[in-house]
Amino acid sequence: MTTTSDVTTSTALAIDDLRIVVSRTGEDIVDEVSLTIAPGEVLGLVGESGSGKTTVGLAVLGHARKGVTVASGRVEIGDVPMLELGPTQLRLARGQLVSYVPQDPGTALNPAMRIGTQLLEVLEAHDFGGSDGAHRRRVTEVMAEVLLPGTPQFLRRYPHQLSGGQQQRVGLAMAFACRPSVIVLDEPTTGLDVSTQAHVLQTVRQLCREHGVAALYITHDLAVVATLVDRVAVLYAGRIVEHGPAATMFDAPAHPYTRHLIAAVPAMSGERTITGLPGRAPSPGHRPAGCAFAPRCSAATEECRASFPPIDVLADRHAVRCYHPTAAIQVRDHAEAAPSGVGDVPGDAALTLRRVSASYSGHTVVRDVDLHVGRGECVALVGESGSGKTTVSRSVGGLHHEWAGEIHLGATALARAARDRPVEQRLRIQYVFQNPYSSLNPRRSIGESVGRPLIVGGTSASDARRAVADMLERVSLTADYADRYPDQLSGGERQRVAIARALVSKPEVLVCDEVTSALDVLVQAAIVELLAELQRELGLSMLFVTHNLPLVRSIADRTAVMADGRLVEVGTTEQVLSQPEHEYTKRLLADTPRINETRPVEVVEERLADDVALHAPAVAVPELDV
Amino acid sequence: MTIVEAGLQPGLASGRIDPPSGRRGVLVATLGLWRTRIGLLLVAVLVGIAVIGPLFAPYGGTEFVGPPFTADAPDTLFGTDKLGQDVWSRFLLGGRTILLLAVVSTLIGLAIGAVVGLVAAYNRGRLDNVLMRTMDVVFAFPNLLLALVAVTTLGRRSWVIVLIVAFTAVPRVARITRGAALGVVERDFIGAAEALGESRSHILGREILPNVAGPLLVEANLRLTYSIALIGALGFLGFGVGLNQPDWAQMINENRPALSTAPWGTLLPIFAIALLTVGVGLVADGLGRAIAGVDRARPT
Repeated sequence: MTTTSDVTTSTALAIDDLRIVVSRTGEDIVDEVSLTIAPGEVLGLVGESGSGKTTVGLAVLGHARKGVTVASGRVEIGDVPMLELGPTQLRLARGQLVSYVPQDPGTALNPAMRIGTQLLEVLEAHDFGGSDGAHRRRVTEVMAEVLLPGTPQFLRRYPHQLSGGQQQRVGLAMAFACRPSVIVLDEPTTGLDVSTQAHVLQTVRQLCREHGVAALYITHDLAVVATLVDRVAVLYAGRIVEHGPAATMFDAPAHPYTRHLIAAVPAMSGERTITGLPGRAPSPGHRPAGCAFAPRCSAATEECRASFPPIDVLADRHAVRCYHPTAAIQVRDHAEAAPSGVGDVPGDAALTLRRVSASYSGHTVVRDVDLHVGRGECVALVGESGSGKTTVSRSVGGLHHEWAGEIHLGATALARAARDRPVEQRLRIQYVFQNPYSSLNPRRSIGESVGRPLIVGGTSASDARRAVADMLERVSLTADYADRYPDQLSGGERQRVAIARALVSKPEVLVCDEVTSALDVLVQAAIVELLAELQRELGLSMLFVTHNLPLVRSIADRTAVMADGRLVEVGTTEQVLSQPEHEYTKRLLADTPRINETRPVEVVEERLADDVALHAPAVAVPELDV
Repeated sequence: MTIVEAGLQPGLASGRIDPPSGRRGVLVATLGLWRTRIGLLLVAVLVGIAVIGPLFAPYGGTEFVGPPFTADAPDTLFGTDKLGQDVWSRFLLGGRTILLLAVVSTLIGLAIGAVVGLVAAYNRGRLDNVLMRTMDVVFAFPNLLLALVAVTTLGRRSWVIVLIVAFTAVPRVARITRGAALGVVERDFIGAAEALGESRSHILGREILPNVAGPLLVEANLRLTYSIALIGALGFLGFGVGLNQPDWAQMINENRPALSTAPWGTLLPIFAIALLTVGVGLVADGLGRAIAGVDRARPT
């Protein structure tokens, strides 16, 4: 942390006053973006989807997507002007000077090629080292650098034979192969679970430090950035609204938007629940005059709406573009909304699971799960991918049929498949899916989708329409959304629609399956807020499945932790998060990225660090799951 | 163009334009596309020729009007064919039957094929295997041979020809539908429908079908041209509905040898079939676009 963060003797990457526009209309996607990154330094570029962060990242590679033009500005790597290179020079520069780690390694690696061949290809394209022998040596070397075995057997594998974490390490190896001086990472850990993510991030940081590589780390997740980067730049509606050293940014964020971003990150401890921010970032062509954040900002004044604030340097290398950087903003306080811990009596449970085991074509993935959800209670079911938590929730919803044991809704036992359950039972349990991009039929209007449970339940079309309009307003949309189609909605809006569909039939039990994992942090916070509010108002019993441990504090009364198909720990959320008993829970907690803004977090960390056995040095252990 | 704007940009900025919803919305959006309009125009002209053309035929379909294969035979517009019959009259008379047979058989084939493909994709497992392997067996028979066998055993009746042509279209449609539907059945909204206990027919027809409509419509267009060709080939071999009855496909086959000296006998029906194909294709494409909502305004 110390050696590089303040040394600016040289600059590896310099972006100067970059402006990128939509070619057809001239509307700006990003504007006035200036950044410098020193060798060995990691800069986090943070923004919501649509803020233009990927556009900036691609510009560093001298690339503009179709229909997009770089209008003005400079991008220099060392003294090479990336935006002025011809096609041949660009091809040479990419890979050698600057390289790119894409979001999803599963799709970025060629599934038909062995990973060794793919690595060699990069080196051969740039003739790194000048000979076949040098190429091969470099492959082995770079594999060691990303903590993967460089053995011939391993290099002969195909991408599908690797775990997600290993795939992303291969992605890193390809990016670092030719020893570039700048590397652009576009949300490279989004699809990975927390433990894998933590290990990959550590590798990135180490590689950059050791080889003096400047890294531009693009993300929407501030918590990820907190553990990794030296400096942070926050991008909003195409402009950098605040940048500064990571520590300053998290301790004393100046811009209201940054403060909202931090408030949206689930904290591991402390009473704070997460808060979202209504509305969404304006897209190109819809950006207001003046400060683009003004419409969502509680501190906005006439001045903000009239002109964009100039750069205000607050402290050493900490700058903000805001007229009211110190004004108190309203980050809504939900202290009174803390979970109340009701209905802990098994006899009165809304949902009871007894010795539930589930399997896929004979292969058992869930064993003897006993769990109950009291009336009006929210129980979180937490675990890594593959722990069986989703299988449990799908069995409750009647979507997975291969299970044994008993699941009771109130006092009645449920049939295995939803189709074998009476209509009335199907309407009493509702399910919200993980991915709002796939859970709504793209060919049906929102109104049709949301109203369908009522129609199935025998409600007349006109009554259903009214109920749909009411429900849409309850989830903070407007009634006119009923006539739109899913592709006209953002991810957060779609998830609201999915929630409306689940609640329209007034169910008793709501099963939420990783409902926020496909969403940005701010949207995630808003959805969790909405669910917590609806749960209180409607007295819903809720089974909230997630891999995001800190998130449960904001919503769950009790938390159950699953590993390898078994429940390993059940207790009140407070207990599980602050005094975890099971080793697995402790490890999950240790791997969760966090913003070190409050003291209690450090206390927890120290306490955990004492327990050496479960704190095996993460970097030295590549994921063993294949 | 006003309809288009109202239909395709539902209340983006101003908020108060009510977008059309449901089937009417799709229809409005379809008609709003230029490709649909041009397609409809082409189809209308060709269907017009086939339906009311016979009223304007100067000669009878089998009337002898001059020496065979003469491009400039007196009193004819486009010359004579290989039997010395008037090309223009035969062209005007030759559309009706073949179009009717082709359209009906395509629709039947499309319906059966779509059902088979959807059922196979949704149920998977054994049923999928049985259905698709059966389709492969049907696929393996040469279409024409199958048709000839059917016509010789069951007689030269219109319904036999319609059914057998439909039958040959089924495996291809089923395969396309299944392929497109496989990606759809995986998605969560199918799970949502199941959790709600929707019937199988609802899931197949209302949840999956609209999502495979695009490829299905393209396939429908292809199958229509194949049907025209197959019915024409049957006619050429003397197994059509009427021997030497005027018929576009048969005209192409008969008059091919004289393409250089008396081209119209071949070119007129070729143009007709080609333009019909393009027209139907444009309409199908427009409909597919509207169903998929390609031109809907959406957030960036």
